[in-house]
Amino acid sequence: MRTTDLIASAVSSTFRSKTRTILTILAIFVGAFTLTITNGLGTGINRYIDDTVTSIGAEDVMTVTKTADATNGIADTGPAEYNPDSIASGQPGPPGASVIALTPDDIDTLGGIDGVLAVDPTKSVSADYIEYADGTRYVLSIGSLIPGQTVQLAAGAEPDGDSPELQVVLPVSYIEPLGFDGDDEAVGKTVTIAVTDAERTQHLVEATIVGVAEPTLAGASSVIPNAALTDALFSAQNTGVPTDEQQRYASASVTFADGATDEAVTGLKDRLADAGYTGTTVADQLGSFKTVIDAIVLVLNAFAVIALLAASFGIVNTLFMSVQERTREIGLMKAMGMGSGRVFSLFSLEAVFIGFLGSAIGAGIAILAGTALSAALSGALLANLPGLTLIAFDPLSIVWIIVLVMGIAFVAGTLPAARAARADPVESLRYE
Amino acid sequence: MKAPIISVTDVRKSYGRGANRFDALRGVTLEIFEGESVAIVGKSGSGKSTLMHVLALLDQPTSGSIELEGVDTTTLRGRALNRTRNKTFGFVFQQFFLTAGSSVLDNVVLPMKIAGVGRAERKRRGMAALSQLELADKARNKAVDLSGGQKQRSVIARALVNDPRIIFADEPTGNLDTSTGGVVEDILFELNREKGITLIIVTHDEDLAARCDRRIQIRDGLIIDDEAVAA
Ligand SMILES: Nc1ncnc2c1ncn2[C@@H]1O[C@H](COP(=O)(O)OP(=O)(O)O)[C@@H](O)[C@H]1O
Ligand SMILES: [Mg+2]
Repeated sequence: MRTTDLIASAVSSTFRSKTRTILTILAIFVGAFTLTITNGLGTGINRYIDDTVTSIGAEDVMTVTKTADATNGIADTGPAEYNPDSIASGQPGPPGASVIALTPDDIDTLGGIDGVLAVDPTKSVSADYIEYADGTRYVLSIGSLIPGQTVQLAAGAEPDGDSPELQVVLPVSYIEPLGFDGDDEAVGKTVTIAVTDAERTQHLVEATIVGVAEPTLAGASSVIPNAALTDALFSAQNTGVPTDEQQRYASASVTFADGATDEAVTGLKDRLADAGYTGTTVADQLGSFKTVIDAIVLVLNAFAVIALLAASFGIVNTLFMSVQERTREIGLMKAMGMGSGRVFSLFSLEAVFIGFLGSAIGAGIAILAGTALSAALSGALLANLPGLTLIAFDPLSIVWIIVLVMGIAFVAGTLPAARAARADPVESLRYE
Repeated sequence: MKAPIISVTDVRKSYGRGANRFDALRGVTLEIFEGESVAIVGKSGSGKSTLMHVLALLDQPTSGSIELEGVDTTTLRGRALNRTRNKTFGFVFQQFFLTAGSSVLDNVVLPMKIAGVGRAERKRRGMAALSQLELADKARNKAVDLSGGQKQRSVIARALVNDPRIIFADEPTGNLDTSTGGVVEDILFELNREKGITLIIVTHDEDLAARCDRRIQIRDGLIIDDEAVAA
């Protein structure tokens, strides 16, 4: 029998017992649908993270902090000892976490470490409010822009790090409350930012809006100043603090060679560790983020695969019934000279075809449903995360899912197919 | 005298083992010549079907030898055996064994499909066989919708579509009324006369046996009578 005829025969016998085939396909459909959706979830979220990488940080920069013995306020064996150099962490971490501040000496040490091209201490500023033209005052958090980092702009330009002018980029969400008519209107206007120093005196700093930023995963409500504005705010905030205590930084940005290999980055981290510092690249931060998402997706996928395994018993059952019903036909075909191998192929192909139908329909409907769901969610629940397609589909992984399901179907089909292949024509054709 | 197309020497076939052992054939020796029509008759359970299955290489005898055109069939294995069956034999069964849901044409072309004949060629030869049996107008019908006589004619069309040398028929008229059975018999003997196809017919029916060149009677797995039928 020619392979094309074999396939055609398998396909047509699949449709011979429609109800049974449809029920089996439905079972596979559920598994394939789930697998496609969970995979799409992983693809969507990871793609979003990749897209926002540049807004989280540049690739040739790592954040360096001083390594502390117990950075967590809640130490394992009772309260942590007081450290006068300890300050609240600007880095994400558990509440109560603090880090040991970097001093100008530390900055110098870091600059001397092999492989470090530049060190920029991160000046963390906590401002009181922002105001435009004596309007309503709003609280804000001051973000920072590592050199090389970009913001996704809705209007205007990025803050100019080299400009002596005090510049700021506002998130879209601040534009209307502050009293601007639109994003483009706001660009070029002057806003006032208030900071309080150590002696409870409030200082007002004026800055020009140069751009309006789309909110991202990195910071939905951070106001991003340029270097000149950061310095101005930092010194206003430190008014009255003794000079030798002014320069305390929670972290510093260390720039290393662009395009450094993983080994080079690891080497640099080791040298930093030897000197008593901890270096974290953007890849590290994202890496752990992605690892969590991948792990969740893996668990979800495991459920989908369990559903598929359950469905594969449906395939076994369907094919056993098919073999049973077609004993005579199989016997006749063998009597007419059809080899056992071909009989095996015929039934295996039938299983694979059922798998193909279930997975193709499952994946197809999952794509439609997922796309509709992401569209609906991005307008409502996830409106604060523009650019996030919650469930995204990658053609290659869809193909993989279909191939995987067909593979499972093939394995499920081998048992009934082997029974058909073993059938003795004389036994099948006997009557009276 | 012509060389025999099938030559059987002391063939035995037993089922089961030990106490359950049953000897269905107990030493059968016979020769069948090309173009002959042979009736195998006997009571139910006498071993007719078993002999036919052994002759058609569907079953292996427990002992003894079968030569097909002088070739010892024990040397035929796997693919070669399948090819031989496909090319040399046509089968007609009492129970028809048509695939109910498929079209008559699809049923008829099955042996060619197994042989790997192309689609167009299959259709051409399938239609030719159906025309020969006056069933061309039923080609698209489902097999299940045919009458008994039409079914058996389809089965004969299927048996001869690959131009076989030998047609094996196991009770070909067993499920048909006398007149339809007569038509089917006429067709088989016409094929035998005009195309020289060897006919080996297993039957209960003495009238059918009487139309054959030869009548081989079996009882309890042994040939008790093998004679040319006086035409
Ligand atoms: N697979 C088998 N196992 C045991 N006995 C069998 C088997 N097949 C056939 N027989 C026995 O062999 C004998 C001959 O059977 P068969 O050739 O079918 O007879 P018939 O002449 O009616 O066609 C019968 O008694 C039958 O019961
Ligand atoms: Mg019988």
